[in-house]
Amino acid sequence: MIFLKKLMQTVQWFADLLNSTKRSGGSFGSSSVEKGDRDGLHGVFSWSAAMSLSSTPPILSVRPSRALVDEAFEVLVENLPPVSPFTLRSLHHSEDGDDWEAYGRYVSDHSGRVSVSEDLSFGGTYSGMEPLGLIWSLRPVPGSRTGLRLRKKDVTTPMLITISLYNGHEDFRDNSPLVSMVTERWYMGPGIQRIEITDGELRGGLFIPPGPGPFPGILDLWGGGGGLLEYRSALLASRGYVCLALEYFKTGQMKSTDMSFEYFENAYHVLKDHPQVIPDRVGIISLCLGTIVTLGLVAESTEIKPCCVVCISNIISKSPGKTLSGFHRSIPSEFNKIRVDENNHQIWRDVGLALLQEPSMKVDVAKINCPLLLVNGCDDQNWCAVETADDISKTMNAAGKGHLLTRLDYPETGHLIEPPFSPHCPAGNFIMYSSNQKVLQRYGGKTKPHSDAQDDSWRKILSFLRHHLYCSQKAMM
Amino acid sequence: MRHGLGSEFRGLAGCWCGADAAGDQLTPQTHKETRIKQKTRARGPAAGGQFKMDEKHCCVTLSVQPSRGLVDEKFVILVQNSFPSSLLTIYAHHQCEDGYSWHAFAHYTSDATGAVNVSEDCSTGGTYSGVEAMGLLWSLKPVPGSKPGLRMRKKNVQAPMVVTISVYSGHLTEGFGDQVPLAGVEVERWYMAPGVQRIPVTEDGLTATLFLPSGPGPFPGLLDLWGGGGQLVEYRAALLASHGIASMAIDYLTCKYTMETGKIVEQDYFEMAYKFLQKHPKVLGSRIAMLGLSLGTSVILKMAVHSQIMKLSCAACVSGSHVQPVDGFLKEVLDYFGKNSGNARFTEDNEVIWRDLLLPIPTDLSLKVDVGKLQCPLMLIVGEDDQNWCAYESAMDMKGMMERAGNNHLLTLLSYPNAGHLIEPPYMTHARVSHFRDVQSQQKMMVLWGGQTLEHSRAQEDAWRKLLVFLRKNLYSGAKSGSLSLSNL
Repeated sequence: MIFLKKLMQTVQWFADLLNSTKRSGGSFGSSSVEKGDRDGLHGVFSWSAAMSLSSTPPILSVRPSRALVDEAFEVLVENLPPVSPFTLRSLHHSEDGDDWEAYGRYVSDHSGRVSVSEDLSFGGTYSGMEPLGLIWSLRPVPGSRTGLRLRKKDVTTPMLITISLYNGHEDFRDNSPLVSMVTERWYMGPGIQRIEITDGELRGGLFIPPGPGPFPGILDLWGGGGGLLEYRSALLASRGYVCLALEYFKTGQMKSTDMSFEYFENAYHVLKDHPQVIPDRVGIISLCLGTIVTLGLVAESTEIKPCCVVCISNIISKSPGKTLSGFHRSIPSEFNKIRVDENNHQIWRDVGLALLQEPSMKVDVAKINCPLLLVNGCDDQNWCAVETADDISKTMNAAGKGHLLTRLDYPETGHLIEPPFSPHCPAGNFIMYSSNQKVLQRYGGKTKPHSDAQDDSWRKILSFLRHHLYCSQKAMM
Repeated sequence: MRHGLGSEFRGLAGCWCGADAAGDQLTPQTHKETRIKQKTRARGPAAGGQFKMDEKHCCVTLSVQPSRGLVDEKFVILVQNSFPSSLLTIYAHHQCEDGYSWHAFAHYTSDATGAVNVSEDCSTGGTYSGVEAMGLLWSLKPVPGSKPGLRMRKKNVQAPMVVTISVYSGHLTEGFGDQVPLAGVEVERWYMAPGVQRIPVTEDGLTATLFLPSGPGPFPGLLDLWGGGGQLVEYRAALLASHGIASMAIDYLTCKYTMETGKIVEQDYFEMAYKFLQKHPKVLGSRIAMLGLSLGTSVILKMAVHSQIMKLSCAACVSGSHVQPVDGFLKEVLDYFGKNSGNARFTEDNEVIWRDLLLPIPTDLSLKVDVGKLQCPLMLIVGEDDQNWCAYESAMDMKGMMERAGNNHLLTLLSYPNAGHLIEPPYMTHARVSHFRDVQSQQKMMVLWGGQTLEHSRAQEDAWRKLLVFLRKNLYSGAKSGSLSLSNL
């Protein structure tokens, strides 16, 4: 009797599918590419005959459905046939128009449930128990352009990621999803104010947390790619800091940029003197080329005296003398040290190694008087970051300043150590400032260890900042 | 340490959070500043009031997780880094779409590490007491001096409700505007999950809004009916779509048809709504439910028993009654109520109590829907302190009818002591009394809905959770109730 009832339900449900397919004008077996957009509109999907003949539609939930990019989420599917194979896939359509995806292969349990937080992925772009695998293992879909790097430019809108469930473990691209939902990942928390700074000289984005304030401040400097990148600043503001993302040269224009101390001192004062900033609680965070700037300023500038400094993927080589200018002139002298790998990707780390041998071409880190956190990847192919950190360590120890230094060296981790769950970029497009030629630089790192490093380093960076810029002795997110 | 604040960051009404006065902004704000001057710090308070950044609290942090949640999701409010065992007040402020200010507050004492966790710690006073994770939402009340009879209902469901949560030093009960809080954050509460589509429906003469869940579908469907106040009320349908049910909110009292012809809709209006859902390409035509409150219940029970066209998977009725003339439809129902309007009573404050209108429950079978003939599962949700309608008595009578007919296995009855008439989605504010404009007479009056805030809020939370399980069980049939997880509810 119950069997007949279930059979009737199955037949009825399948009939509904057929009817709805006919009404939507679709045909069995076709699928369409999803495009997430701000209004959450999706293309109409048609049903595949290969899909489950379960009498009940599956239920997919992602909680929270709106989260900050450094927060975890739970992906849960229920109402599935028991002990059956399924694939969960995430899809993101980037601002640059590329599609990024990740997927994991799962098996439902006897209650018809798949929980990404608790179950094993049997393969895909990630395997094992990986609650956030659908985010950190995102990569360009097959057939995409090369050398892509996922970086959000407009931080006032969220990243939209569509999570879909497919039947089976075979290639899902021929199938339509059984169920899917959109989740939002934000760099800016609610109430964060974003102020564009464009006074002709100073260019940047200032992010102010909600609340009465005042707050500690952070100056945020990115690297050799140039341009204005706000996402890390937006995220730091969401964690309680007034953060200034500073643009100090436009992409491809380093040659014409004169990186004088004055520009950065000006930016530092703008931050320090802002009414929402506690003036003696200002720090600096930087990556790659930004680390030379940071270390150079902290060592030599009489105006810049931060509470603490974070340097990721360190470089200390620069033109002789006290200024920062002319970096682009010093590097080409060692361009013959650039190697290419089997994919014709440029490896620059030996350039750095050669420059490290020149004592006159190093920032004098012995003059640094504030706590310094160095974060580096042991597989950094773009620069000899770990060797640079060794050099800094040696110099500071010799000067009796070793107690100021904290080092985090991550195994199998590359150059681009980003906020957590950012997709790993092993190689990316780069515009050579000497020739404006576009090349592919190898950054290094293996995806899983690199992603773990991003997660761990972010937490440690936040606790370092909190320790020095807020009162507390305890680390927390 | 210099601690002055720019004056734009003082005071309430969300100013310090950079939110605009309406408080309902969708996207973060961006300002352009063409010149950032070297600022001198503003010193001291602007208009009296003690303001001195307390050294020991200088780095108090406040966090709310998630900062963007659905309205029926729980959040965790955490204060950290305050002085150990210090007296703190956590304060919530919201400016609703109508422009009125609402607030809630609770008194805590931080622990030895200087922390307060609202989900675990006890409030010793304020607009709620005890351990109440969501108390700062459900105990929101109009600020002192507000117009009486206010009720908070979201009209624009595409933008979130924005609540400012702050922490103050000391145990305050007033004067929040004169003091600078130690920290403050903004929290967004959404009726629509990402990817949910809102589709106005005007075909087939309907005045309705359809909310489709995110994803390819098809989805089970639901018709959502409100009560005697009319209008097109969307928030519950939006929230149900966020849970995977294609839900259509219907205006049946102030709809286009009625406004143009002056006539009340007939049975075919609802059958048209049902057929619209049934033939929609993203709806599973054989899995449609109906949910209604108050007068909406009257419609649902009539349709569930008598309609030849509607084959409902299940029905859920909140604060309603089966008492109505069996012959005829909505017009006759409203006339019947009108005939009994002499039974209305008034409180000392001239608030109208309508619960006696249909009492005593008639024994005459021509005056009530014969729920013994129901063939689909029915959930009844009633508040025992409902002063607006005899929902409890009606539910008892319906239970008896179904027991005698032998179909009471279809009935789930949830009856809540000290809950009133307006049993809404969880964490929504409780209106014991509010302004009401009767659609028929156009008369404005203050209506007593009933309920005691604490128990009413508990009832809302419990009823919603059970309603979702009921809907899932009947619309996604085959699921074992134990295997369904409704986390955060």
